[in-house]
Amino acid sequence: MASFGGQVSRSRDLDKLLLRPGHLVGPDFDPGTDLREGLKEFVKILVVGAGGLGCELLKDLALSGFRHLEVIDMDRIEVSNLNRQFLFRLQDVGKPKAEVAAQRVMERVSGVNIVPHFCRIEDKEIDFYSDFSIIALGLDSIEARSYINSVACSFLEYEDDDTPKGESIKPMVDGGTEGFKGHARVILPGKTPCFECTIWLFPPQVKFPLCTLAETPRTAAHCIEYAHLIKWDEVHGGKAFDPDEPDHMNWVYSEALKRADLFGIPGVTYQLTQGVVKNIIPAIASTNAIISAACALETLKIASDCSKTLSNYLTYNGAEGLHTKVTEFVRDKDCLVCGPGALVELDMSTTLQKFIELLEEHPKLLLSKASISHKGKNLYMQAPPILEEQTRSNLTQPLFHLIGKKTRDVVHATGTISKNGTKTSSLKKVRIVFTGVDGTAEMDMVSGA
Amino acid sequence: MAEHKIKYDRQLRIWGELGQVALEKASICLLNCGPTGSETLKNLVLGGIGSITVIDGSKVDEGDLGNNFMLDESSIGHPKAKCVCSFLQELNDSVNAKFIEEYPEKLLESNPSFFAQFSLVIATQLMENSVVKLDRICREANIMLIIARSYGLTGLVRISVKEHAVIETKPDHFLDDLRLNNPWPELKSFADTIDLNTPDPVAHKHIPYVIILVRIAEEWEKSHGGTLPSTRDEKKEFKELIKSKMAAIDEDNYKEAIEASFKLFAPRGISSNLQKIISDNRVELDSTSSDFWVMVAALKEFISNEGGGEPPLEGSIPDMTSSTEHYVNLQMIYQAKAEADYQIIESKVRNILKTIGRDTQSISKAAIKSFCRNARKLTVCRYRSIQEEFTAPNSSELQKYLTDEDYSLAVGFYILLRAADRFAANYNSFPGQFDGEMDEDISRLKTTAVSLLNDLGCNGTTLTEDLINEMCRFGAAEIHAVAAFIGGIASQEVIKLITKQFIPMSGTFIFNGIDHKSQLLSL
Repeated sequence: MASFGGQVSRSRDLDKLLLRPGHLVGPDFDPGTDLREGLKEFVKILVVGAGGLGCELLKDLALSGFRHLEVIDMDRIEVSNLNRQFLFRLQDVGKPKAEVAAQRVMERVSGVNIVPHFCRIEDKEIDFYSDFSIIALGLDSIEARSYINSVACSFLEYEDDDTPKGESIKPMVDGGTEGFKGHARVILPGKTPCFECTIWLFPPQVKFPLCTLAETPRTAAHCIEYAHLIKWDEVHGGKAFDPDEPDHMNWVYSEALKRADLFGIPGVTYQLTQGVVKNIIPAIASTNAIISAACALETLKIASDCSKTLSNYLTYNGAEGLHTKVTEFVRDKDCLVCGPGALVELDMSTTLQKFIELLEEHPKLLLSKASISHKGKNLYMQAPPILEEQTRSNLTQPLFHLIGKKTRDVVHATGTISKNGTKTSSLKKVRIVFTGVDGTAEMDMVSGA
Repeated sequence: MAEHKIKYDRQLRIWGELGQVALEKASICLLNCGPTGSETLKNLVLGGIGSITVIDGSKVDEGDLGNNFMLDESSIGHPKAKCVCSFLQELNDSVNAKFIEEYPEKLLESNPSFFAQFSLVIATQLMENSVVKLDRICREANIMLIIARSYGLTGLVRISVKEHAVIETKPDHFLDDLRLNNPWPELKSFADTIDLNTPDPVAHKHIPYVIILVRIAEEWEKSHGGTLPSTRDEKKEFKELIKSKMAAIDEDNYKEAIEASFKLFAPRGISSNLQKIISDNRVELDSTSSDFWVMVAALKEFISNEGGGEPPLEGSIPDMTSSTEHYVNLQMIYQAKAEADYQIIESKVRNILKTIGRDTQSISKAAIKSFCRNARKLTVCRYRSIQEEFTAPNSSELQKYLTDEDYSLAVGFYILLRAADRFAANYNSFPGQFDGEMDEDISRLKTTAVSLLNDLGCNGTTLTEDLINEMCRFGAAEIHAVAAFIGGIASQEVIKLITKQFIPMSGTFIFNGIDHKSQLLSL
């Protein structure tokens, strides 16, 4: 294309969207250099995950007018990442993904600052997450999405009429891919469905019944799972199986082969063994690029209002032709994560200890071993030991006093819940109302509370 | 090579060794290496494409650093093709990366035969008249072409290939080839050896559903004049019949039989899609016919003779509740039939090759096997030339899009993308490219779009002011996230075309970055 003269600046292309008034834009779009400079100076974005999507997201966001990025990932670089995680080279294998990714993008795009966090997402205080304008998720697990979602939704406050307070909304964009397929979605807690509202979109992973593995194996996968789940324990006693240990994987492979031979079942290969045992999801650069780009574009739009936003779920399928579809999912009004919260009625004298026990019995929560925080302050922490010790004395105090004698308020409880037999950590919002205080007292007395 | 296998593990699980070999043999030419082109190649280089040749005549300026990750400060003033090429090379040293500092438009004029050396050409940010020229050149030389364009919050991707035949279409959901509605003698006699009324409860609940259905179907046929259930009532009755044979309510195999009974109700014979392929006039072979059409000709003979109206059996069965012994035996019966069908097709292929004067061994056994296994899923994609689409678009489709609300933004962008090129050809700049001329450009673009619509036979149709305004606001900006999206799609389509696996997109993909309601237009 021919180039036409004139002064060029680095924001040449983005300026068209950010400086010019538009017709199909968000309601609060205010074009101008203030907007452009505001994105640079005041908008801080967290990228969760520095894998296939995370690498793309960091690049895309760094080239979308943002200057302050942070990235969190607990993993180290592996050789099998290199077919798509384009910020990594062979010599980086073994190094923390977050650190290498941040460094590479900063080297390439001047002016961008990226702070890496090489740790688990649960290792950060809840307050860490409140610092960001938008959280972009590039994750491959339901558990991690669920956790970040619960954290982002914990910042959400409601007015008395149950409408969300605008400034408390922590927007998230979320992407996921598998092979030639993927999804991108925008979550505005309180306004659009959160991850938990539509958790049914992720069907539980199919597990083989143990009796099939033990008695009537039919497929190669059955033989592999037999070696992995049954034979390993029989032979190795207490030794835990480690999928990243090549010796362990080889052992499972050879045992699976023996079993397949015994039953005349074809198809056991080393590649399949790895796939079944590690539940490997096929992944390619192009799909990650597509999904991340959609997420980054939505991030830019949420931050600037320079266009309308995706409402609210995009699916992409490139396996049979090319199909894209936008679905407008609706919120679950009773969602315990993004809704106004589970209501717990308490007596003024209820101690923190008693409150924690109530959460375990509460039919909507069933949250055990909960740690409790109030407006970012820890009231009781189950772990680590040092924090447990510091907060232990609160257990015998009435919760009413601990939260500053307010008759109604919101606290956050992080504990474990049991889902399909496995325990997962969960953060829940609990709306507490004290009975026996002033005006509310009479009402509740009448109702016989 | 172990490292090669580990590095590409996550993609080998999708397209296998053969797909990877095809990628590693491919040579790709990219025209213009702005962000759209750079991002397209990035995804291919990571996956281990054989060679890339980057063609771009421009020098890097400050503005390019704001949207292209394959450039940095040190690139300013240097040839863009050279800089992008060297950053791409860093991503994967097994790729052969080259560049030519030249404007594609000039190359099209000076050396049209240049393009014949490539497997596939990716043209990005190329204007209408050049795209038409390039398409003509590529079609004549039988080179695959992908057109990709990013423009503000819109863009497009279009494949142009005369014909692309896919054997390994790998659809997600496809009816298992169990032949329950048309069982062959060996399957029937195997089913007859199994005692459905066994008093042993463990044995009873480990009879695979395939056997249950074949046997109950036989019983049904006897009392229904040799026909299978066809009406709703009959189907319901059939399911009740299965239920009545259960020995206990927890028998998973019988539950599976009820759920799978629709496989028995399916009509016999081949799909309309396959019928269309075997009726294609390319089945009239000559010495230049491709391997694909030679095999289709053999398939056609098979279906009307040995197959009795059916294609060769696929030979694999899904997992189902069963004893190991029954399952393995059943698997062998399906495999044996598939092997026998394959033998017939193979001999037909060899005969046909002889008749058309080709080496009888010029198609490998593996290729014929794969063809037989996928016979029901074959797909042939044909794309109109760009010239045809531009001068004589499918007017009924176009009218439909123009009046369908779901398509309104996408078809509007299609028209405006083309109008923007006409505009640029007339006024030497894109609408809204310069700040001072917005109002004038808006009315000029509107006029250009109206005259284009008239040329396309859509008199009286107008585009919304909002959309025309937006198009001018975009001012031909190449937004990185949009370029990454468009480039991602282009690279995914390249992979499908090169590996000859999966079904490539049809029509013109119009990206709608406003609300993501993108569309495929069949023009």
